[in-house]
Amino acid sequence: MEKLHLEVVTPANIMVSQDVDIVVAPGSIGEFGVLKSHARFLSGIVPGELRYTADNKTEYLSVTSGFAEISDDRVSILVDAAEKAEEIDIDRAKRAMERASERLAKDRGAADIDFLRAEVALKRAMMRIKVAQKVK
Amino acid sequence: MATLKDILRQIGAVKKTKQITRAMNMVAASKLRGAQSKMESFEPYASKFVEVLGNLASGIEKDIHPLLIKKENVSRIELLHFSGDRGLCGSFNTNLIARAEKWIKERQANGLQCSMTTVGKKGRDYFKKRDINMVESHVNLYGNVDISFINTMTSSFIARYMADEVDEVYMMYSRFISMARQEPTLVKLIPIEPPTAGDGEGKSAAADYLYEPGPAELLIELLPKNISVQILNAFLQNETSEHAARMAAMDNASKNCSELIESLTLAYNKARQAAITAELMDIVGGAEALKKA
Repeated sequence: MEKLHLEVVTPANIMVSQDVDIVVAPGSIGEFGVLKSHARFLSGIVPGELRYTADNKTEYLSVTSGFAEISDDRVSILVDAAEKAEEIDIDRAKRAMERASERLAKDRGAADIDFLRAEVALKRAMMRIKVAQKVK
Repeated sequence: MATLKDILRQIGAVKKTKQITRAMNMVAASKLRGAQSKMESFEPYASKFVEVLGNLASGIEKDIHPLLIKKENVSRIELLHFSGDRGLCGSFNTNLIARAEKWIKERQANGLQCSMTTVGKKGRDYFKKRDINMVESHVNLYGNVDISFINTMTSSFIARYMADEVDEVYMMYSRFISMARQEPTLVKLIPIEPPTAGDGEGKSAAADYLYEPGPAELLIELLPKNISVQILNAFLQNETSEHAARMAAMDNASKNCSELIESLTLAYNKARQAAITAELMDIVGGAEALKKA
């Protein structure tokens, strides 16, 4: 299979930089896959699961929001944070999920920033758990 | 005149000071390495971001989003001011504070209302006592900034801009140019002036992208991020600059200590020699007197 180059860049580091066969990413209006010779493409990325396959091995990443640029067989994914599935601490994610759902249950209806933050935290924790379980 | 003992005590004190400044110099050096590597690893993200935003903005009308539109009557401005949490770094904080104060005085003279958000203890302590409305102040953030905190800062700026509480937002931080040079720099945060895609080639490239969702929606999504990227950049640059400034200041201090020790040692030796000579004279004088008797 012909390869394309994938780069996952966060403000802290370059998470992934390698040649892969296929990339599947969570776009703003739905998941999209990229193979070689893809058209030039720019999409928002929403928190979710990013996966790519290289040499018949599929890797999973949990990503937060950002955007993706595809041009000339290079996929650049810029997100606030990304984590490889095998590096996710499931226990921590579970604790974060419990904390967030407790907070949500306590002051439901109070549409303030804390509420929104708890909601975002809950989503993030659930996503991380989901992604982490892929490699188990 | 200082006695031998006095000089000796002084030498001891200067030596201790030198030990401290040397230690601080080394601590700053190692922190600088950390900060610098963080700054460098942010670089690919930032440059890619600016490139994409420039491509995107070049093909789009400027009035699709309030963040892009200049307000006609600007009467309230806000300055996001960065300074260090600690002193002993030469003129680093003084420069940043003096620049900001001058800038604000000029604006106030033109009848603008200025408010401030500060990052860093030194700036907060200084401007707290001045006639400036302090909206928020953050301390002890350097070294462990994370993007989610910066995102909350960004959204609070945007919310206040949208609610017409502030008309323009600026940011002042110390840009890291080299180990020996750091410069207070002023950047306009809101309204956003999108980076323009440089040459004609970039523009034609922007045209044949597919967008998901449409280019305008995507741009709107990226605008707040653009502010966060700039603020994070300021954080990292300012932190690196502070460590570089402290390293230089402490290096100078250590050198001055060495010079001081040298001259004090010279004075000590002279005084010691003088004392010995005086004693010898006494003995010789005494012996001569006995011989005569």
